[in-house]
Amino acid sequence: MPDTATPIDKRPLVLLTPAFIAITALVVIPMSFILVYSFYENVDLAVDRVAFQFGNWQALFSDNYYHSAIWKTLRISVVVTVLAAVLGYLPAYFIAMTTFRHKWLLLLLLILPFWVSFIIRTLSWIHILGNQGALNGLFLWLGLTDEPLQMMFSEFSVMVGLIHVFLPYMILNIYVSLEGIDRNLEPAARTLGATPWQAFREVTLPLSLPGLAAGSLLVFVLTGGSYVTPLILGGPSDFLFGNLIYDAVVTELNWPMGATLSFTLLVLLGSVVILYSRFMGLNQLSKAFG
Amino acid sequence: MTRKMDSTKRYEKLREAVGNGDVDRRTFFGLLGSAGITAGLSGGIMTAMAGQARAAGVELHFEGWGGVVSEALRKHAFDPYEAATGNTVIDATFGGENEVLTKIKAAGSTSGHNILHSSGVSWYKRWVDNGYHVVLNEDNIPNLKNVMTTMIEPFRAITPEGLSAVPYDYGTTGIAYNTKHVSKEKAMELGADLLLDKELKGKIGGWGGDWANRAWYGALQSGQDPNNIEDWDAVWEKAREHRELVLKYWGSGAELMDLLAKEEIWVTEAWSGRVAALQAQGHPIAYMDPPNGLAWMESMFVLKGSPLAEAEELLNFMLEPETAIAVAAGQKYPSSLDPTKVDMPEEVTNLPAFDPTGKLEALVFRDPQTWNPQEKKQGAMWNRVKKGG
Repeated sequence: MPDTATPIDKRPLVLLTPAFIAITALVVIPMSFILVYSFYENVDLAVDRVAFQFGNWQALFSDNYYHSAIWKTLRISVVVTVLAAVLGYLPAYFIAMTTFRHKWLLLLLLILPFWVSFIIRTLSWIHILGNQGALNGLFLWLGLTDEPLQMMFSEFSVMVGLIHVFLPYMILNIYVSLEGIDRNLEPAARTLGATPWQAFREVTLPLSLPGLAAGSLLVFVLTGGSYVTPLILGGPSDFLFGNLIYDAVVTELNWPMGATLSFTLLVLLGSVVILYSRFMGLNQLSKAFG
Repeated sequence: MTRKMDSTKRYEKLREAVGNGDVDRRTFFGLLGSAGITAGLSGGIMTAMAGQARAAGVELHFEGWGGVVSEALRKHAFDPYEAATGNTVIDATFGGENEVLTKIKAAGSTSGHNILHSSGVSWYKRWVDNGYHVVLNEDNIPNLKNVMTTMIEPFRAITPEGLSAVPYDYGTTGIAYNTKHVSKEKAMELGADLLLDKELKGKIGGWGGDWANRAWYGALQSGQDPNNIEDWDAVWEKAREHRELVLKYWGSGAELMDLLAKEEIWVTEAWSGRVAALQAQGHPIAYMDPPNGLAWMESMFVLKGSPLAEAEELLNFMLEPETAIAVAAGQKYPSSLDPTKVDMPEEVTNLPAFDPTGKLEALVFRDPQTWNPQEKKQGAMWNRVKKGG
């Protein structure tokens, strides 16, 4: 009897091995260390005792201080994501649909901000929204106001900074998704009697949803993990959960609590990815990326 | 001259210069554009080549507070030291010593960290408690004899077997106010309570980085002796009252100067030298030390694992009267040299907090015996209060 068993194709395993090794070494093992560290006890500043105790986790679950920070982080992340989606769709649509010969130039402009440090881009808002910034200068020059408007160091300026930094991720994802749509579909809908708006709403928008969702996921997760933007652009009340981690690790030198908070943030943002996977399917991400 | 400074730090320094009026806006944007092009074109290649270029001599890694302070040290101490010895001082800026301690703990070694512009006796004790100190050979630092005894004693009390640092400068954290918006009479009348003036809501700043600074002012505002606080609840209640009025808690001297220069804030507690620098640049900022205002001293702390002979050589060089006076005039903080032993020029004697007696009896310092035991609990409390807790 001839051997009809299909030989096992080892190529996927070989190809995936470097990625598995990298993820294990750079994500799984460090996060395991962080989890273990969360059970240690901080006895004094920068002095930790090896232990297996739940004091840090108990503090996390019982203290409203942490809960309010989580809530604030989720709220700001949702608002930033929604605004980025609304603001990002338009340019993405324009770039995807334009017949401009040098479309690459538009894409280059889109990724140009990545050439400049994220911190510098964030600090630049002080020159725009500050008391002596460009906007206040314009308002005063036009006579719209007698004295500078207080725009800096508020939740508004933090959101502006976050949207500014993360908007390209949203635009690129939507663009890739729009670019993959058959150009004949909208005209086809029009010939069937749809108005331009109907054609967009019932054909283009649904087909671009994977990109919109992928961009939203990225912006949400990146916003949720931010801490520098509120530090630079925010006032006393403008902080995210990441700022609590910074406080615990750097200013209080309490690494066990910092580890507890870090792992919590990982679980929270990981849950969002799992929810996304449950409702959208992670395979949608690959569609969005072409 | 060697400086370990990334593009972001360069940008912050440039922004500070613009804020101070040292660079006009057109030049600023021109420099920014040039920097972008240069960074894009040269980037890593130049960095690698620079590394090879400074191969000779011993490298000493120095970390300090940035801004005018680092500029003064670079110009008046490190550059001449490098020229005289062939050694290299690589200086970097930190946001606070806790950053350095976090890095050292994470790396498990002090490699790349040699000398810190360390803040006060409290941090000296912390470095010692964590086992990162050395025993300096004082015979190699003969200029130490000119340093005020009253500044050396607190450090020697912690490490009687030998110093791990040399005291270098001192100053105060008082209150800065914009004279266009706040009168001197009002400032003097209210003292520390100027930071709680409801009329200035949204125009008040505060240092966010140090719990003890906030607690010190909370103690003054609640009528307590800062070195003998009995009612911590009252202290934090005052901090909460202050928080309601604050526009921004600043995190560095550069940010403090920027906020004051741009008139984002009109009143804040502030470091005396930074305010003196703003005044020298023509900004309408006045400074006052309220009764029992906070004084502090800084040292040059040598970390374990550093090349000791070269570190001692550098410290001795920095304590040369000529060097120390030039640095003091540049950074606007009085030198640790005893003015009864070393003649001080007018530009130093006119500095805020300068004490001609060499005994510093008029200044009130933080007592580490009462403050350090509180740090774990009250430091966490401050982070909470700062965020509205």
